[in-house]
Amino acid sequence: MFKWIHRFGSAPFVYRLAGLLGPWVGWLCLIVMLVGLYLGLIVAPADYEQGESYRIIYVHVPAAILSMFVYVVMAVSSAVFLIWRMKLADVVAQASAPIGASFTFLALVTGSLWGKPMWGTWWIWDGRLTSELLLLFLYFGYMALRAAIEHPQSAARAAAVLAVVGVVNIPIIHYSVEWWSTLHQPATITKIGKPSIHPSMAVPLLLMIFGFQLLYLYIVLLRTRIGILQREARTSWVANLPEIESSGANRV
Amino acid sequence: MTSDKSALQSNDTAEPLTVGILSLLTCIIKREWLVAFRNPGQWVNPLLFFVVVVSLFPLGVGPSPATLASIAPGVLWVSSLLAVLLSLGTLFDADYADGTLEQLVLSGQSLPLIVLGKVLVHWLLSGLPLLLVSPLLALLFNLPVASIPVLMLSLLLGTLTLSLIGSIGAALTVGLNQAGVLLSLLVLPLCVPVLIFGSSAVLAAASDLGAGGQLLILAACLLLALALAPLTAALALRIGVSGTR
Amino acid sequence: MSDVAAFFHMGGYAAYVWPSMLISLVVLLANVFISRAQYKRVLRQTAQRARAKAESSTTGAKNQNVKS
Repeated sequence: MFKWIHRFGSAPFVYRLAGLLGPWVGWLCLIVMLVGLYLGLIVAPADYEQGESYRIIYVHVPAAILSMFVYVVMAVSSAVFLIWRMKLADVVAQASAPIGASFTFLALVTGSLWGKPMWGTWWIWDGRLTSELLLLFLYFGYMALRAAIEHPQSAARAAAVLAVVGVVNIPIIHYSVEWWSTLHQPATITKIGKPSIHPSMAVPLLLMIFGFQLLYLYIVLLRTRIGILQREARTSWVANLPEIESSGANRV
Repeated sequence: MTSDKSALQSNDTAEPLTVGILSLLTCIIKREWLVAFRNPGQWVNPLLFFVVVVSLFPLGVGPSPATLASIAPGVLWVSSLLAVLLSLGTLFDADYADGTLEQLVLSGQSLPLIVLGKVLVHWLLSGLPLLLVSPLLALLFNLPVASIPVLMLSLLLGTLTLSLIGSIGAALTVGLNQAGVLLSLLVLPLCVPVLIFGSSAVLAAASDLGAGGQLLILAACLLLALALAPLTAALALRIGVSGTR
Repeated sequence: MSDVAAFFHMGGYAAYVWPSMLISLVVLLANVFISRAQYKRVLRQTAQRARAKAESSTTGAKNQNVKS
């Protein structure tokens, strides 16, 4: 029944699949994002309380959601790698780290740019922003550990352990930071104050979230191909790839 | 790792030496204690670091007693966090360098227990001195005397948790160049809950509020770390020892 | 004020909305282009290595792609 899953253990199959899906995902991502931005920036009305400044939501919220989603993907594939020794899972985890970190950075910067007009200051030690900052540190730790260990196998497994430890800790960190921020500033301003969001605003937001996910998928597919090439550089199927032969011919 | 294990098993299939849990633990603790005692810098330096860092804060923020009292819980907690992490860098290094660690991993005994023994001794030599000297520093910072028992209790629960969490980082970075800085980068974000609840327990006690809740949460963190950290650190040690770095 | 000007004015929040959009664009595009450049670099390196290996091993049978 699950025979098909074994094909994902085969590097040539995954490499070709990723190459096949890549362009489709990329173009779909571009279309979804353009439609989302058009609906969000031009069609959707201004917010009743925040005026036009709320439009930052269309990049801030997708970046924030994806930053956490990517860490979870990274931790799950790290666990799969540790338990079943599936090399592809490690490739995915390694591919996810830089893009996850960049989404986290984006969430912090846009949050800060949103905070200035809303709170009157660039940075507030608010629960969500602080958790996001700590998440960025977790990403940095993962990449730093990976870079510090020379032996690729040890690096992959040590980093996988760290990712799993991190994902166990994230809820604890998040709730302790939330508790701490409400303790120190009782009047926390919630950014998305309204419980119900009007469809004209919700549709572009959902589209942008979907667009960010597609972009993440596109990058992961591309970086998965890079990871497979690096790991399998000495095999004959790599040497016989058409793009390898043409790329070699161009050089010489 | 699998190949190491199978090689080991084929070597001593005849009669594996089995040791009871408690005797293994006491054996490790005795050995670690002896090693540490002959190398006093290992436990004196973190203590000195702690005292010096804490004494620098009044020079940085000014001597006003009210200011000092309000920042005291945070200063004491952040400094002890740094002192514990600084000393953790060497938790496995000496054993890694002289090959003892490899022997421990290959010994067939329970590696998590060995890690637990090492962490306990490490805490006795680095966490406990901080705990004992903290009342003096609290007085320097004008903290109310009534809050000192809470400070010590929170440090007791917290530094032990920090040692356990830090052992994971120390195991992950074993044998690496510049392991100290990397260890801090890996472990500091994970220590945030302990820092938050530890310092807020002291803050609550200093302003005559009950600190029971925070102390209970610290105790819960300690139990969680006690259950999971030795297992994880043992896994990380196996990875570090099996691969050539 | 014309529609276009109003759009770029963003109700007085232009200084916050447009930098957000710009930095998002930069970060997302950087992700795409850095990954693509890295892919091309790795392809080239792998090709060079494969070529060197082929030249050293198949000295007799030139220009023959041996399928394995």
